[in-house]
Amino acid sequence: MASHYEAPIRKPLVTGNKSYHDVTVDIAAPVENPPNKQWFLAFGIALTAFLWGLGCIIYTVSTGIGVWGLNKTIGWAWDITNFVWWVGIGHAGTLISAVLLLFRQKWRMAINRSAEAMTIFSVIQAGLFPIIHMGRPWLAYWVLPIPNQFGSLWVNFNSPLLWDVFAISTYLSVSLVFWWTGLLPDFAMIRDRAIKPFQKKIYGLLSFGWSGRAKDWQRFEEVSLVLAGLATPLVLSVHTIVSFDFATSVIPGWHTTIFPPYFVAGAIFSGFAMVNTLLIIMRKVSRLENYITLQHIELMNIVIMITGSIVGVAYITELFIAWYSGVEYEQYAFLNRATGPYWWAYWAMMTCNVFSPQLMWFKKLRTSIMFSFIISIVVNIGMWFERFVIIVTSLHRDYLPSSWTMFSPTFVDIGIFIGTIGFFFVLFLLYARTFPVIAQAEVKSILKSSGDKYKNTHSHE
Amino acid sequence: MPNQKKYWKSEVELNEQSTFVEELAQKEFAQKLPEDILGSTELPDSDTSRRDFLKYMGFSTAAATLAACEGPVNTSIPYVVQPEQIIPGIANYYATTIVDGFDTASVLIKTREGRPIKVENNADAPVNNVANARVHASVLSLYDSMRVQGPTHAGVDVSWQTLETNIGQQLAVLAEEKSPVALITPSLASPTTTQIIRDFQKKFPNVTHYAYDTVSETAALNAFEKAYGKRALPSYDFSKATCIVSVDADFLGDWQGGGFESGYAKTRVPKGKKGNAKMSKHYQFESNMTLSGANADYRFPTTATEQQFVLAALYGVLTNQSFPTPLSANLKKKVSAIADQLKAAGDGAVVVTGLQNEDAQRAALAINQVLGSAVIDAQHNTLLRQGDASVISQLVNDLNAGKIGGVIMAGVNPAYTLPNAEAFVSGLKKAKLSVAFSMKNDETAIHSQWVAATPHYLESWGDVEMKTGHFALTQPTIRPLFNTKQFQDVLLALSGSTLKFDDAIKAYWSANIVSDTSFNEALHDGYVVTNQPDNLRYNDNVDALVQRLARAKSNAGLELHLYTKTGIGDGQQANNPWLQEFPDPISRITWDNYLTVSKADAKALGLKNINQSNGALDGSIAEIKLNGITVKAPVLVQPGQAIGTVGLALGYGKTAGMKSEMQVGTNAYPLYQNFVPVQTVTVTATDSMHEFACTQLQNTLMGRGEIVRETTLEIFNTKDAKHWNPMTQVSRDHVEVDVTSQKADMWQPFDRSIGHHFNLSIDLNACTGCGACVIACHAENNVPVVGKREIRKSRDMHWLRIDRYYSAEETFEADLETVENISGLGESLSTFGKMEDPSANPQVTFQPVMCQHCNHAPCETVCPVAASSHGRQGQNHMAYNRCVGTRYCANNCPYKVRRFNWFLYNKNDEFDYHMNDDLGRMVLNPDVVVRSRGVMEKCSLCIQMTQKTILDAKLEGREIKDGEFQTACSNACGTGALAFGDINDKESEVAHLKEDKRMYHLLESVGTEPNVMYQVKVRNT
Repeated sequence: MASHYEAPIRKPLVTGNKSYHDVTVDIAAPVENPPNKQWFLAFGIALTAFLWGLGCIIYTVSTGIGVWGLNKTIGWAWDITNFVWWVGIGHAGTLISAVLLLFRQKWRMAINRSAEAMTIFSVIQAGLFPIIHMGRPWLAYWVLPIPNQFGSLWVNFNSPLLWDVFAISTYLSVSLVFWWTGLLPDFAMIRDRAIKPFQKKIYGLLSFGWSGRAKDWQRFEEVSLVLAGLATPLVLSVHTIVSFDFATSVIPGWHTTIFPPYFVAGAIFSGFAMVNTLLIIMRKVSRLENYITLQHIELMNIVIMITGSIVGVAYITELFIAWYSGVEYEQYAFLNRATGPYWWAYWAMMTCNVFSPQLMWFKKLRTSIMFSFIISIVVNIGMWFERFVIIVTSLHRDYLPSSWTMFSPTFVDIGIFIGTIGFFFVLFLLYARTFPVIAQAEVKSILKSSGDKYKNTHSHE
Repeated sequence: MPNQKKYWKSEVELNEQSTFVEELAQKEFAQKLPEDILGSTELPDSDTSRRDFLKYMGFSTAAATLAACEGPVNTSIPYVVQPEQIIPGIANYYATTIVDGFDTASVLIKTREGRPIKVENNADAPVNNVANARVHASVLSLYDSMRVQGPTHAGVDVSWQTLETNIGQQLAVLAEEKSPVALITPSLASPTTTQIIRDFQKKFPNVTHYAYDTVSETAALNAFEKAYGKRALPSYDFSKATCIVSVDADFLGDWQGGGFESGYAKTRVPKGKKGNAKMSKHYQFESNMTLSGANADYRFPTTATEQQFVLAALYGVLTNQSFPTPLSANLKKKVSAIADQLKAAGDGAVVVTGLQNEDAQRAALAINQVLGSAVIDAQHNTLLRQGDASVISQLVNDLNAGKIGGVIMAGVNPAYTLPNAEAFVSGLKKAKLSVAFSMKNDETAIHSQWVAATPHYLESWGDVEMKTGHFALTQPTIRPLFNTKQFQDVLLALSGSTLKFDDAIKAYWSANIVSDTSFNEALHDGYVVTNQPDNLRYNDNVDALVQRLARAKSNAGLELHLYTKTGIGDGQQANNPWLQEFPDPISRITWDNYLTVSKADAKALGLKNINQSNGALDGSIAEIKLNGITVKAPVLVQPGQAIGTVGLALGYGKTAGMKSEMQVGTNAYPLYQNFVPVQTVTVTATDSMHEFACTQLQNTLMGRGEIVRETTLEIFNTKDAKHWNPMTQVSRDHVEVDVTSQKADMWQPFDRSIGHHFNLSIDLNACTGCGACVIACHAENNVPVVGKREIRKSRDMHWLRIDRYYSAEETFEADLETVENISGLGESLSTFGKMEDPSANPQVTFQPVMCQHCNHAPCETVCPVAASSHGRQGQNHMAYNRCVGTRYCANNCPYKVRRFNWFLYNKNDEFDYHMNDDLGRMVLNPDVVVRSRGVMEKCSLCIQMTQKTILDAKLEGREIKDGEFQTACSNACGTGALAFGDINDKESEVAHLKEDKRMYHLLESVGTEPNVMYQVKVRNT
C-alpha cells in the first residue's frame, strides 16, 4: 500500500514504537479513565468564565446594547472583533482535515481531530456574536429567508451580513459532518472497548452502528474524500465572505479589495496558532507526545511563519495602496492606524503577527516547544488586535471629523469575550475526556510497522 | 358529449334507492348536534357525549385562559360631543406670542387633539417672527412635571379664594400703614398689563412696580435715553446692512433681546449679477467666541478695554478727530481701514456694541448717527428691556432695611438670578407679605409666603408691544393643565375689577390698538401693526466720553465676560431636557456651563482639557474669585477666546424646582455684580477634574476642504465655479470623468423624474448655527433625551446636528495649503497631529448635517433584513419595526447620521426625562412613532409632513405649490439656510438651488448621490 511506502529519509510520524494496540490504548485512555485534579481545575475555571460571560450576555439582552462601550460612531467593536477572531481560529480545522487530506499530508492525521473540534467549538463562539450584537436578538431569525406572513418581507440578499449567515452556517454544518464522519470508527472502537453498558449504549449511538466491514471502510474513505472536496472551497469562502462585511463598505480602512486573501491567510495563521496552543497542552496532559510529535509542531510553525508573512505583506500592501490611491481619507485612515490614538493596537498587531513569526526561521526556535507555545499565544493576541484595528480604528475616525470619537470597552464587553473563551474551553475540555482526540483509525494506517526502524528492532526478536 | 362518469365516496351512493344518500344531501350533519348541556335539567339523561364534554371543557379552559391575559388598559375618554374644530388626526394652529422677559417671538402653535405639541415661526408677523432654540423648546416646559399645580401658602395647598382674600386684606393693611409694596416683574412691554398695574396702584398707592431684567441692558437703555430722550432700545434691521461692525455685541445671540439673525442672513448670501455679487461685510471685536464672532468675516479677539479703544478710534476716524489710544499698531491700522469701509458703506453701515458701559453705548449711537445708518431705527424702539440695575440694587437694600412691607413677584426668580441673591432672600423674609407668581417652586417661591401657581404662556393670555406700533397677542392654546391663574387676573381681582384678563385685553385693544381691523382678526394673526413711529431727536455730544473711552484702564487680573448660552439663556427653562441636551453651537457641550479660557491663559494657569479613553472630555475645575465670592467652574480651552479674558455662562446651577438630572452647571449670577457682565476676577486651578458631555470631540476640519467648501467673494466673483467648487474626478479607462456622471456609476440609472423627488438645500452662508432646527427636529420627531451620562459616551440621539469646525491655522484656506504642502511621510505624521489642534484665533464654520438621503445609500445595501430602503420620493426610509439592530448601516454611513437606541429611552426610570411621565409624553407628536430599544433611527426628511401635504392636496384636488413641502428644520430656520422642496417641480426654489453654481454634495466622491445639498460658503474677506 502506498501509505506504507517506506521513505528512509523521512522521520516517522508516530514515535515510541507503538503497536496497533498501543495506539488504541493510548487514545482510549483519557476517555476510559477518570480525569485528574488539573482537569477539574481547568474545567472549573473555564466554566466560571463561561457562566460569567453568560451573565453578561443576559444582562446585555435584557438591558440593551448600551451596556457595551459602543457609540454613535463606533457601532461595532469587541463584538465583531471577537466574531471574526473566532471564525478565523475556526479555519485551521478545515484546512488541516480537508486541504491536507487532498494533498495527502499524512502528518495531519494526528492533529485533524482536535483541530476540527477546535473549529466547531470556535465557530459556535463566533456564531454567538452576530446574534447578541443585535439590538433585538429575539428577532435574529429575521435574517433567515423563512417564508413568512409578515407581509412581503424578505431578507436583503445584497447585505454581506446575510452572506455571513449562509457562510457560517454552511461552514458549521459541513465541518460538523466531516468531523463526525471521521469520528465514527473511533467511536466504534471506544464502544467496543466499553465495559459499562451505559457507555456502550452511548458510544454505540454516537458511532451510528459502525460495524467495521470493508464496505463501511470503503464508504468512509469515499465520504471523507467528497467532504474534503466540499470543505476545501469553504476554507476560502468563509473568511472571504466575512471580509466582505468590511470590503464592500465605503469606510476608509474597510473598503479594501485585498481583504479576501488577506483575511483567509490571517485566519489560517490564527487557526494554526490556536491548534498549537491547544495541542501543546493536550499532548502533555493526555500523554500523546508520541503521536503529536515535535515534527508536527515544527510543521505547524512553518505554516504559521508562512501565513504570518503573507499577512505582513498584506499589511504593507494596504499602506502602499492607501498612499498610492491619493485619496485623502484613505491615506489618513492608515496614517491614523499607525500613529493615531490607537497606535498601540496597530503596533501590537504588527509585532505579534508580522515580527514574531519571523523567528520561526530559526530551527532551534521552531523546534522549541515552549517557544512555539508562546508564539502561538502571541499570534492569537496579534490576530485579535488585527480585527480590532480594522474595525475600531477605521470607524473611529472616518470621513467627517465632527463624528470622530474613541471606544473604550466596558466590563460587559470584556466579560462576554472571556465568557466565550470559557465556553470554548468548557467544550474542548469535555471533548478531551469523552472523544477520541486523535483519529486513531487513520493513525494506525501510518504506523511504520514495516519501516526500517521496526525491522531493525523487532525482526530479530 | 358530457362525461357520464359518476364519482362516488362509498358504494351506498351507487344504490339510487337508498334514503341515506338523500338524507345526507339534505342534512349537513349526519348526527344530531349536541344541545346546550347547562340549560338542561335532565343532565343525566342528556345525550351529551364524553367527547362533547371534553370539547366544552377545552373551549372553556382556553377561553378562560385567554380572558386572563389582560391587555394593557389605557384609559381614554371618547368625545361624547366632539369639540368644534378638533378633528382627531388633524392639527390646529394658533398664533400666539411668547414674552418671558428674555425671549420674545411671534409663534404658531401646532396642537393635536387639543395638545400643543410644537412651536413654529409665525412667518407672517413683521417683527420677532423667528423663534430661537429656547422658544422652540418652550412647548416642553408646558409639560414640566416639576410645575406648581396650584396656589400654596407656606407649602400648604390653598384655594385661589383664600389666596386672594388674604393677600387683599394684607395689602389693605399695608396700604393703611403706608408701607411700600414692591411689584417685581420682568420688563413687560404689555400695554394691557401696564394698564392693570396702573389700576392696581390706584387701589393700593403704596405699590411700586419694578421691571427687572435678569440680564440687564441698563447701559444701553440709559445711553439711548441720554441720546434720544426715551428709555428704550432702538430696533435694528440688519437686512439693510452692508458693513457691520460689532464691538462685543452678540447680535446673533441674545444681545438686546436677540432676533436679528433673519435680517442678518439676508445680507450674507452673495446676491447680484454674475461677477458682481454682493454681500455684507462683518467685523467682530469680542472676547468670548460667540455666534456672531463665528459668523464674522473678520474676528478680533480683544479685551473689553481694547474694545473701548476700538470704539474711540472708530469714532475718531469717522469724525476726523484724534483720540490717542494704547491700541497695538496692527489693530489701529485695522480699525482705520474698517472705518474707511464703514464710510464707504453709507447708510448700510452700522456699529453695534454689547459693552455694558454707558459711554460705549453712547459712542456707538453717535457713530451710527455720524454714519447715517439705516440699520438702526430709533423711531421704532422697544420696551422689552426696561430694567434699571441701580433701582433693583436699591430695592434689595430697602428690603434688608425693612423698608418694604410687601413683595409681589411675577415671572421673576430674583433669589436665583440676583448677584446678591442671599441678601435678597434675607430681605424678602423681612417683608410682611411675600407672593411669588411662579410656575415652579423655584429659589424665590420657596422663600415666599404665598406661591401663586401661574400658567405657562401656552395656557395664558397676554399682549405685547414688540416695538413702536407693532403689537402682538398671546392666547391660550390649551386649557390650563393645573389650578393656575395669571398674575394679571389676580391683580384685577385685587383691584376690585370684575374683568378677566382676556376681557381686559380685548377692551384695551378695542379702545387703543385695533381700529381698522377687528380684535378677532388680530388674535387670529397674532399681531397687528399700527405703525405710528416715535419722533425722537438725536441730541448728544459724545466727544468727552469718547475721550474717557480712549483712556480706559484695564484692571489687573482676568476679565470675566458673563454671557448667556443659546440653549439655556437666562436659565428660566433650565428644567427643559431638550435645552439641556442641546449642544452649544460653539462648544458643542451639553448639560454644562464652563469657564472658557484662551489656550495661552490655560497654559499659564495650569488649566487643561483632556480626553478619556472613550474620547469623553474632561476639564480642570477652576476657582473664580471676585470680591470674596468664590465660584467653581470647569474649564474649556476655547479657541478664539481673547487672551486675558475668560467667559462663563449664566443660567446654570439652578437647584430649586428642578429634577436632579437637570441640576447641572455652576451658578454664575453671584459674579454678575452690579449687573455688569464684565468683571475682573482671579482664576486658580484646582486639582479636580470635571466630566463634560460634549457631542463633538474633534474640533478642526483636518484640512478636508471638500467637506465644508468655501471661497472668498473675490474668487467667487472673478473665477469660474470649477475653481472654487470643483467636481471630484475619477479615472475611468484612463479618462477623467466626474464622479457623479453615469460613466463612473456601476449601477443602472433609475428614473426619478416621476412624482415628487425631495431635496433639501443647506446654505452655509445663511446658516448662523443658531440651532433652532435642532430643537424643532427634536420636537417634531420625538427624538429621545438620553442624559449627560450617555452623551458623554458619544451617544447623542440628535437626528440633525450642526457641526462646528475651527481652522487649525488662522483660516481654513491656510489649512488647505498646509495639507497640500506636506511632503513626505514624516511631515504628514507631524502635520496631521498639529492640525487636530485649533488655532488660537480660528475661523469658524457651521455645517448642519442630517441624513443625506443618498440615492445610492451605503446603509441600504448592508442591512440584512432590508429595514433601510429607498423611497420613490428620494427619502431613505427606516422601517423601525423591521430593524433588528445590527448597526451595520450606521457603520457604513459616511456621514454618521444614524442613531441607535442603546437603551429603552421611554418609560424607563433610568432615563427620567419627559418621556418617563405621562405629562411629559403629552408633547409627543402622534404622527411619529416612538422608537423602542435596539433599533436604529435617523432623519426621515419629515416624511409625515410631506405625506400630509400630498394627501391634503389630493383631497382638495389641486397641485402642490412650491413652499408647501417643508420639514421641521426648514420650517424652523429663520435665516433661510434650509430650503426644502420637490426638484421635479422645475420652478421650485430647491430645483433652482440644485442648479446653483454654489451647490455641492457632501462627500460627493463616495458616490452616494445625496438628496441633501450644500451651498458653498462665501466669505467676504
